[in-house]
Formats: sequence, structure tokens, C-alpha cells
Amino acid sequence: MRSAHLVGTILTLGLAIGLGGCGQKTETADGAQVVRVGSVAPLTGPQAHLGKDNENGARLAVEEINARGLTLGGRPVRLELIGEDDQADPKTATIVAQKLVDSGVAAVIGHLNSGTTIPASKYYHDANIPQISPSATAIAYTAQGYRNAFRVMANDEQQGRVLGEYAVRTMGARRIAIIDDRTAYGQGLADEFEKAARAAGGEVVAREYTHDRATDFTAILTSIKGKNPDLVFFGGMDPQAGPMAQQMKRLGLAARLLGGDGMQNLNFIKLAGDAAEGVTASSPGLPLEAMPGGPDFKRRFEAKYGPIQVYAPYAYDAVMVLVEAMRRADSHEPAKVLAELPKTDLQGVTGHIRFDAKGDTEGGAVTLYQVKNGAWAMLETVK
Amino acid sequence: MDIFIQQLINGLVLGSIYALVALGYTMVYGILELINFAHGEVTMIGAMVALAVIGAIAGSALDLPGLLVVLAGVLVAIPACMLLGFTIEKVAYRPLRRAPRLAPLITAIGVSIVLQNSAMLIWGRQYVSFPPLIPQNSHEILGAHITDLQIFIILLSTLIMAGLWLLVQQSTLGRAMRATAQSKEVAALMGVNVDRVISATFLIGSALAAIAGVMVSAYYGLAHYYMGFMLGLKAFSAAVLGGIGNIAGAMLGGLLLGVIEALGAGYIGDLTGGFLGSHYQDVFAFFVLILVLVFRPSGLLGERVASRA
Repeated sequence: MRSAHLVGTILTLGLAIGLGGCGQKTETADGAQVVRVGSVAPLTGPQAHLGKDNENGARLAVEEINARGLTLGGRPVRLELIGEDDQADPKTATIVAQKLVDSGVAAVIGHLNSGTTIPASKYYHDANIPQISPSATAIAYTAQGYRNAFRVMANDEQQGRVLGEYAVRTMGARRIAIIDDRTAYGQGLADEFEKAARAAGGEVVAREYTHDRATDFTAILTSIKGKNPDLVFFGGMDPQAGPMAQQMKRLGLAARLLGGDGMQNLNFIKLAGDAAEGVTASSPGLPLEAMPGGPDFKRRFEAKYGPIQVYAPYAYDAVMVLVEAMRRADSHEPAKVLAELPKTDLQGVTGHIRFDAKGDTEGGAVTLYQVKNGAWAMLETVK
Repeated sequence: MDIFIQQLINGLVLGSIYALVALGYTMVYGILELINFAHGEVTMIGAMVALAVIGAIAGSALDLPGLLVVLAGVLVAIPACMLLGFTIEKVAYRPLRRAPRLAPLITAIGVSIVLQNSAMLIWGRQYVSFPPLIPQNSHEILGAHITDLQIFIILLSTLIMAGLWLLVQQSTLGRAMRATAQSKEVAALMGVNVDRVISATFLIGSALAAIAGVMVSAYYGLAHYYMGFMLGLKAFSAAVLGGIGNIAGAMLGGLLLGVIEALGAGYIGDLTGGFLGSHYQDVFAFFVLILVLVFRPSGLLGERVASRA
């Protein structure tokens, strides 16, 4: 009797789960089919401000597409953005990825960090779901041979090379100290920078490490100071770069600070205070003002969500790339969308987006900026 | 040599802050044998409240000297944190005082998560930057740089720790605290109001946390809803290193952990010929912690735990 009851319960549960699975692609009241798109970024933890920015960028795109109306295969379609939080943590990223795959999303926009994008990409690859990262720049992401992995931003190879050459040739650095935050992004960028700087004739006098939760760098900076560098390169994000700039000043370390796109944002200037002055950093792509759709995007975004942190336009474009592929395929079926994605040729907010064979954006530009009078001022754009 | 002295100064400043936070852990553990995991979050709330006040004054028409503004922030943060600590004890720990020891430990973690997320909702995900109100005058001692703020942090922590030591050793409240730590039941029989002593412990610990929170945010120039986690973890380790439950131990453990971290990060690369880099700084600090605990399981200054009922 009891075992029969148990079997009944299991059957009911199984049925409920099965029905739940069928219920994933529901219909709205007006008969439009709901297609879910995942968006993953750190929404809690030290990089939450950047994560929310990415999600808002994607959300703006989804809302605009829904407002304009989208028809696939003769049926009206409404996109629904499922925002997930990976805490910038590789382990959490894989859990979230599995969750999204299980819930049957049509595609994933994300993740924000390279360190989370790479482990998560295996799950999307196995499920054959398109993944477009707005901001993961590590080379390894698209070097895995996954045909479903794309990104809409120049990768670290391009950025690190530009930075290394710029440090030695334009800034005239001879003795260079390198610090990275041991994430896939920070380490990858620092490695590429080191290669390019050495090739250009610079001498690397110190290689130090921190982590992406740290606030105290006095110990490594003191050690670096003993080696008399004239330039310090940091591969990492603004929550570390800000205090680092302050601590360099406090310790009387006279070297200039140079970094990548992780610190080329508003928050860095706020955190570094007057120590931000003169700091140089690069960012893939063009400055927002110089982007084809930049000023207009800024106006639409800020009316809804407030100031742009940094990657929101890329998240927006990632959604647009996806929807364009869906339109061409006339379907939201992942396999059909994947067949169309490599043919992308879209004039987006951030620039003209085309993919190479690996899924990287072709001909990505890198722009260098310097803090002048408390704001990032553009120095030059290197193709 | 100047590099060594600089590392020592770095470590002492960091260690003073650890020590202040560690005192909160160790006082509560000494009396309740409870690891108050929410303590790091109280530090964070202290920093956030002080920054909110400082931001409001700095943004208003009042033109007060910078240090006065910071002082006003601290003076609001201290009672705010005391009230918070008092409430946490009353709501989350007191009803569980007779429950198995695992229960309050889990509520402590719960309180910590609640505080973290409340702070995220109130102050947002953004990093809050500390306005440049404190002059960063730098002095040179034997080739090393030390700022007024660093000197102030070391001095103030030392003063507070000395004051706390006097309070615990000399005052009536201190005697009641020590008695409660030895045995709640016997202390109660001797006429000590145990509940009041425990509340007082939380009030004092939270006030120290508030001060430490403001120090950290002034020193690093930022505050964030997440900052209490790592700080709490380090301070807890410092308390264990010194001997948890022992007040002098928390001070020693804090200072020691700060110095070990600084020297470890500064020299580990050179000492191992680049084989181990500065990313092993925490490994180094915790390796020392493990080593100490292997030979002295109750910490550097800890008593035998078994003697406590």
C-alpha cells in the first residue's frame, strides 16, 4: 500500500516536471510566443555594478525589440530576458549555465568576465545553444573550437598588443612592473601585454599578483617600488585599480599606471580620487561618443537606467546580433540560429559587427584614454 | 632596508584594523562560545552609515573642516552599529541561547547574509568612495613613507585596545564579563545580570567595529556592501591565531596577521626565486595560522578550552 503510494507520488512529480518542461515556451495573452533569452553577469559581489550594467544593456535591446514587434515563422514572438547572477565566480557560472540550459533558453548573452564565460561555454556548447559574450575578452574563449561561441568585443590579444607597444613606444617606458588579478581576463591581458612590451624593447622588472576581491596592495607595491619601475601595468578591474592608484601615490611610487578596459570606467575615477589623474587605460572599440549609435544609445539607456558603466552598449549589440540571426533564420530554434550567426553583418551601436571563423569580431579597434581633470579623455584609436 | 620598514608599516596599519575587528569576535566568543559571523557585516554597516553622513554633510551648504565632517560620520556610525549589534543579539542569538551550538552559528551566517543584502538594497551595488577630506600628508622615516592617517590609525587602535584592556581588567562591568565568560550559571548566582553583560559585550564590540569600518574605508578610500566578508574572515583568523576568547590574543593576532601578510606578499617572490609569487600571500598567512594551531591548538595566548564548562 505504502509503496504504491510512493510510486504514485513519483509519477505525479515526474508528470509535474514534464509538464513544467513543456510549459517553458508559453504564450502571452495576445497569442505571441514567448522566447527566453538568458543574460548572465555578476549581479552581486564586487563587480555587481558592471553586471547590472550588462543586464540593463541587454534588457533595453529586448524591450525595444518587443516594442517594435518580432515575427518568426509567421508567428508573433515576444522575447523574455532571464537575468542570472554568476557572482563573477567560475563555479557559480557553471551552475547558472546548467540552469539556463535546463530551462530551455534560446540563447545566452554573457557572461561578463572571461573567467566565468569560459567554463560556462562548455555547457552551452554541449546543449548547442548560441552564446554571445558582450565583454569576455580572453583569447581562450573562442579558441576552444566551439561553433556556438561568439563575442562582440576585441579580444585580449589585440588589446594587450596595443597596450604593450604603446607603453614602450609612446609612453617611453623602460622598466615595467606587471600586476594581474589572477582571473582569466587579468592574467590573459597581462601575458599579452608582457609579450608585446618585451618585443618592443621594454624590460619587465617585476611580475606581481593579487586577486579580484583584494583592496590592499601596499605590500606588492612596496616590493615593486624597490625595483624602480617607470611604469606599472595592471591587468584587472576597477575595484582593485582604484585603491591601487591611491596606494601608489601614498607610497611615493612615481611610476605611471596603465591598464585595460576593466579599469577604463567611471568607477575607477571615483575610487582613485585625485590619484586617478594621468592614469592611462585602453578599451576595445571606439569611445561611446564616437560609436555610430553611441550618443543616441546613451540617451535611451540613461533615461531608463542611469549612467552607463562600460559594457552596456556591447550587451545591447549582442542581443541585436542574436535577433538579426533569428530573423534571417525565421526561427528561434538554436540550431537554425547558429547556422545564421556566422553570416552576421550588422551595423550596431558599437560599430560594424562581423565574425571571423573563430567567432571573434573582425577588425576590432582599441582606443587609449587618459584621466585628465577628473574625466577619461581619449588619446587615440589604434586599429 | 627602507623597503623592509615600509612593509612593516604597511603590516602594522593593516594589523591594527584587523585587531579592532578581531576584538569583537573574541569578546563574543569568550562569553557565548559563539562565532558571530555577522560581525564583519557590522563593520561594513559602520563604514556605510559614516559615509552616508559624511556624504550628506559634504554635499550640503555647510562648510566644515574635513576632519570635523569625518568625526560627525564616526559619531553617528558608532551608535548605529551599537543599536544593530544589540538588536542582532536580542533577535537572533538570545532565543537560541539554550539551543545546540550549531543553531546560533547558522543564524549568525543568516544574519550576515541579511545584512549584506540589506546594505546592497539601501546603498546599491556601487562602490561608495570616501571623499578626500583627510589630508594625505606623507612623512619619511628611514626612507619609508607613512601618512598622517596611517599614524592616526595605529595610535587610535592602540589607545582603544588599551582602554578596552583597562575596562575588562579594572571595571565592575569588566569583572562581570570575565565572570560570565568563566561560567554563566555561577556568575548569575553571584548576582551578575548575565543578559545585561552579554548585551554590553555586543554593544562594545559593535562600537569597535564601527570605528574599524570607518578606518578601513578612509584608508582604502572606498566602501562596499561586500567589504565586511573578507575583513571579517581575516579578523576571525586573527582572533583564532591569538587565541579566540582572549582579548590580548586578538590584539596580538591582528597585528601579527597584518605584518605576516605584508612581509609574505613582499618577500615570498624573492625568497623562492620567483617560484611562488605574491598571489601566495594569503596562503602564506594561513600557513602560519595552521602552523601555530598545530603546536598551540588554542592559539598563541589562548587558555585550555577544556577548562571552560
